[in-house]
Amino acid sequence: MRLRERADTALCAAPPLSSVRVPIRVQVTAADDPRAGHIVEVARLLGVPGLEACRVSRIHYLSGDLTTADIDRLCREVLADPVVDEVTVGFPSPNPHPAVEVMPRPGVTDTEARELERAAAALGLPPVRASTGRRYELIGDLDQDDIAAISRRLLANETIELHSLGVLEPSFDRPAPAEIRVESLRLSGLADDELARLSRQRLLSLDLAEMRAIQEHFDLEGRNPTDAELETLAQTWSEHCMHKTFRARIRLEHTTVDGSVAVSHHDGLLRALRRVTEEIDPPWLRSAFDDNAGIVAFDDRFDLAFKVETHNHPSALEPFGGANTGIGGVVRDVMGVSARPIACTNVLCFGPPDPAERDLPPGVLHPRRVRDGVVSGIGDYGNKLGLPTVNGAVLYDEGYVANPLVYCGALGLLPGGSHPTEPRVGDRIVAIGGRTGRDGIHGATFSSAGMDEMTAEQAGTAVQIGDPITQKGCIEVVEQARDRGLYHAITDCGAGGFSSAVGEMGEDLGADVDLSGVPLKYEGLEPWEIWLSEAQERMVMAVPPQRVEALRELCEHHYVEMTDLGFFTGTGRLVVRHGETPVVDLPMEFLHGGVPRREMIGRWIDPVPAGGDVPDVEPGRLVLDILSHPTVASKEAIVRTYDHEVRGGTVGRPFVGVRADGPGDGAVLKPLGTWHHDAAVALAVGINPRIGRLDPRAMALHAIDEAVRNLVAVGADPRRVALLDNFCWGDPTKPDRLGSLVRAVQGCVEGARRYRMPFISGKDSLFNEFAGEAIPGTLLISALGLVPDLHRTVASAFTRIGHDLWLVGDGSECLGGSLVDDLLGVGDRRVPPALADPLPMYVAVHRLIAEGSVTAAHDVSDGGIAVAVAEMAIGGRLGVEATLPGPGAGLVAALTNEAPGRILLEVPRARRDRLAARLGPLGRRVGTVTGGSTIEIRVAGSAGRPNSVGGRVVVDLEEAVRAFTGCGGSS
Amino acid sequence: MTTPPILILHAPGTNRDAEAAVAVELAGGDPRIVTMNDLRVGAVSMSDFGGLLLPGGFSYGDALGAGVRLALELRTWLYEELTEAVRLGRPVLGICNGFQTLVRSGLLGGPDGPGEQPRVTLTDNSGGRFECRWVRLLVEPGSRSGWLGPLGGTKIRCPVAHGEGRVAVSAPEIVGTLESEGMIAFRYLSDDGSGGEDGPAGGRYPANPNGSVADIAGLCDATGAVVGLMPHPEDHVVDWQRPGGPPGQRGLPLFEAFVEAAR
Repeated sequence: MRLRERADTALCAAPPLSSVRVPIRVQVTAADDPRAGHIVEVARLLGVPGLEACRVSRIHYLSGDLTTADIDRLCREVLADPVVDEVTVGFPSPNPHPAVEVMPRPGVTDTEARELERAAAALGLPPVRASTGRRYELIGDLDQDDIAAISRRLLANETIELHSLGVLEPSFDRPAPAEIRVESLRLSGLADDELARLSRQRLLSLDLAEMRAIQEHFDLEGRNPTDAELETLAQTWSEHCMHKTFRARIRLEHTTVDGSVAVSHHDGLLRALRRVTEEIDPPWLRSAFDDNAGIVAFDDRFDLAFKVETHNHPSALEPFGGANTGIGGVVRDVMGVSARPIACTNVLCFGPPDPAERDLPPGVLHPRRVRDGVVSGIGDYGNKLGLPTVNGAVLYDEGYVANPLVYCGALGLLPGGSHPTEPRVGDRIVAIGGRTGRDGIHGATFSSAGMDEMTAEQAGTAVQIGDPITQKGCIEVVEQARDRGLYHAITDCGAGGFSSAVGEMGEDLGADVDLSGVPLKYEGLEPWEIWLSEAQERMVMAVPPQRVEALRELCEHHYVEMTDLGFFTGTGRLVVRHGETPVVDLPMEFLHGGVPRREMIGRWIDPVPAGGDVPDVEPGRLVLDILSHPTVASKEAIVRTYDHEVRGGTVGRPFVGVRADGPGDGAVLKPLGTWHHDAAVALAVGINPRIGRLDPRAMALHAIDEAVRNLVAVGADPRRVALLDNFCWGDPTKPDRLGSLVRAVQGCVEGARRYRMPFISGKDSLFNEFAGEAIPGTLLISALGLVPDLHRTVASAFTRIGHDLWLVGDGSECLGGSLVDDLLGVGDRRVPPALADPLPMYVAVHRLIAEGSVTAAHDVSDGGIAVAVAEMAIGGRLGVEATLPGPGAGLVAALTNEAPGRILLEVPRARRDRLAARLGPLGRRVGTVTGGSTIEIRVAGSAGRPNSVGGRVVVDLEEAVRAFTGCGGSS
Repeated sequence: MTTPPILILHAPGTNRDAEAAVAVELAGGDPRIVTMNDLRVGAVSMSDFGGLLLPGGFSYGDALGAGVRLALELRTWLYEELTEAVRLGRPVLGICNGFQTLVRSGLLGGPDGPGEQPRVTLTDNSGGRFECRWVRLLVEPGSRSGWLGPLGGTKIRCPVAHGEGRVAVSAPEIVGTLESEGMIAFRYLSDDGSGGEDGPAGGRYPANPNGSVADIAGLCDATGAVVGLMPHPEDHVVDWQRPGGPPGQRGLPLFEAFVEAAR
């Protein structure tokens, strides 16, 4: 072959030695790498238009006793594809174009290198050590600044990667084994300012009261803590693990519109959410708030586990790795309740995609790069685990430029009652999965403080890259170990690593752990680092001694590493050793119960509910502008990079309609293993930070409504819905942030009551601030529902000419918190009222869908009803004529308000009487699917009012398609 | 009628094995998911099975390129067993990562003989990224695969989900050679989403989702026993799995033919 000859020529140029010990470099370049075009495009966005082309190569360094024949074999069989690749062995010849090389920093997961080492072993070659990287030859008119900008902002992330102009060579020096050193830290006699300094210096994120409690404990024991003890306490007591704000006693000072101040006391936000769930307590609820994930019944054999987490700070610093490990972490949460993961969700909040680079605060990655990295990180992990990524949302708002939000969800399936939760005295503490490295140390404390431009420097170790294939092995092991009854308890190694996993599992028993046998990624870790490492892909189980061998065999079968760490003792103390060296000796009681309860103050001032001014706009243009707004426009360019079909059970998809480009509302899934009946699972989300800026309590009610109407629109039964909350807020020690958080929790509690839906799991991520600027408090509601019959689900796309269009629910003249308010700068501060008694309406709609009376359904949300009608038309490529009831406001408000509780239904004419009977005053017929080429919407009574052009809007269907699919999602 | 045992190969990172098993079962076969480990140590022998199915996934994370390491292991540890099965005419079906593995191992699109170079490969999608969407396939009427033959002209709707699925050839004239040798097993068809419209995808995205030359979606080998394709017919074996449009054009007949050949 043409290319092979090149490879051979290159091989001849390699050192004529029979065996080589110095690292050999192999560079592989694909004939046309599609990533090159992407790099050129993004460089332009970053303000480097001079880059005309880019040539991407993979570089590999191999160190070992290899002959040239061995290297030739590796090149042919492993490194290069002879049909499309060109190979250079040895260093590249001088090149007229500047070349930037990028490699992972030492200690950062390099799965390609590891697989290369294993492939060499499979070929029967002598042991090889490998290191990999990328080389980018930059072609164009570029100066040094351009090259530096491209390197730092596009090609490499300095948090995890090294880069250089020209050849980069790895070091194969092995780090020396660490001296087993346990440091004693003096606490006794330290003054307050010294305690605070110690907390800061060691990145403990503990406040003074907490440091004092620790000081007092060790004074009573008559000694100083070890480094590992102090770190263990800091992790266990972190906001991330302990939810100190959600457990605190809070005094809320609420200033209402008339200026009066109402003071209320809140005895734990978490307790309030738990209490309302206990109040509702439906018979199908299995576990709420007690474990790693919430659990509800699915059918007579299986339960469903659902959990949503956030990974915001890691994603801000290293978008790919942060989102990658975010998915990995939440999937382990559902494994931690013995469930087999079956699907993923994600909701992403980014800064607007195209700000000028100079407008960004220093130390902040470009939102475009954050988005691209996060999206590929999510796809990489979920796709490789073989989990369909089926539902989510992407929002763009100025408030997320420096602090993006990455919500990751996972759904799991487990046989009812199969999750054991009681470790026993004598059980072995067994870890399975990935090796332990320095990665992820301080992740929990890092996420319990705000960020600034120095964070990326300090947090290098807090960020990591996932290894989904190792986790895939763990999934197989956990499922089979569960079915064979090999463990008494299981949990994931998340924030805090072994310290949290063992500390929590052994809370009532006490544990004795020896760290000397823990498999390490590399030498050089001190005992406290092994104990605290947040290395990914690890699970911990309590295994009866007589079952350890069976588990070991199972692990070997799936190429999963297993380590026996110690045993549960019954002494009530957490004892950690490294061989004979004592590392930690703490009473469990102090570890879990010693943290002082916080007393906090929240303030909230209701904004004066003034209406705004709607500027003069052409309504047709406005509808197109909303359709092309990045928050509304098609997310195909993102979502199609996620496998939403794997496991063969996706019934309700992210894209619907005749060309599969209309937006889906909720996801519907039929889990493998449950094909013997027709029930299916539905997932949906609700989120609206714009409302939260005006009224966080209303945000909660509206988010619940959005999630529920998305579920109902795809056929779920509103009487079988469970909710999850995820609060992302700023620094809760600032009263305005906390006040808004308390209001949102109040909204959740009220919403659970009104909708009669329990919260089954939740999570808070606080300290989402950059240099003192908080994100808009953002509540995500995720909802899990049941579809009684998968044959009775509907999509949002129109299906047939001549069918009627019905509207359920009422609009509002309030534009506060709406997308159009933001887009046009209306300044309306009136949020549409939440629904007082929503369930009868949703039950009526559900009955209509379940009996087959409805052929399409779509919820009305971001952008309002005109956009919702347009989306149904786009999905079906069918025109429509509709006349909406006028709300007494202008045309623009009627078309774009985002009042909750509205669903559009497409219904055959023959079903008119049926609809009228079921809906009564809750719904009305508003139009007809015409099959014409336009979307035409009249608003009754709006002619002659301000901002109306004869009281109607006409949009060309093809133009609407272009607006919706043409931009906003490209990457 | 017998239910022939079908080996479904599971390597670390394989993830469409369970759906493949469902498809085989519905088609009348007896699916057994067997790990690479068990085959390597000889706990299970390929000769005990009527057919071999390599399902989709990311074997070993595809860290060295899609299917590279699994192909290496097949060649190193199981090549004789595998070629013997092929010699006996037992059907081998590779889907997505399984197809990539068969191509990497030289069993599909491979060299004509020792010392020759491969002519066909699977490489990065022309869009430069992973892509998941439903497509339409034509079972190529002229393919030389004996067990696929009766399905010639059949249409299948099913999803693709891959990042490295573009069929590329070492020289343009290779396409003609593949055609005349009957090595092309599947091609992408145009798709208006409703299952209507016929005709070749003509290289146009998204009907041809990855830029494959001559719309090639799958290949077979010279014996006709080994067949591979990028899309996932195992994800459309019952009607409710389809995303709207009229029922039919399922992937099940492909598995029925496969199981039939394995009897």
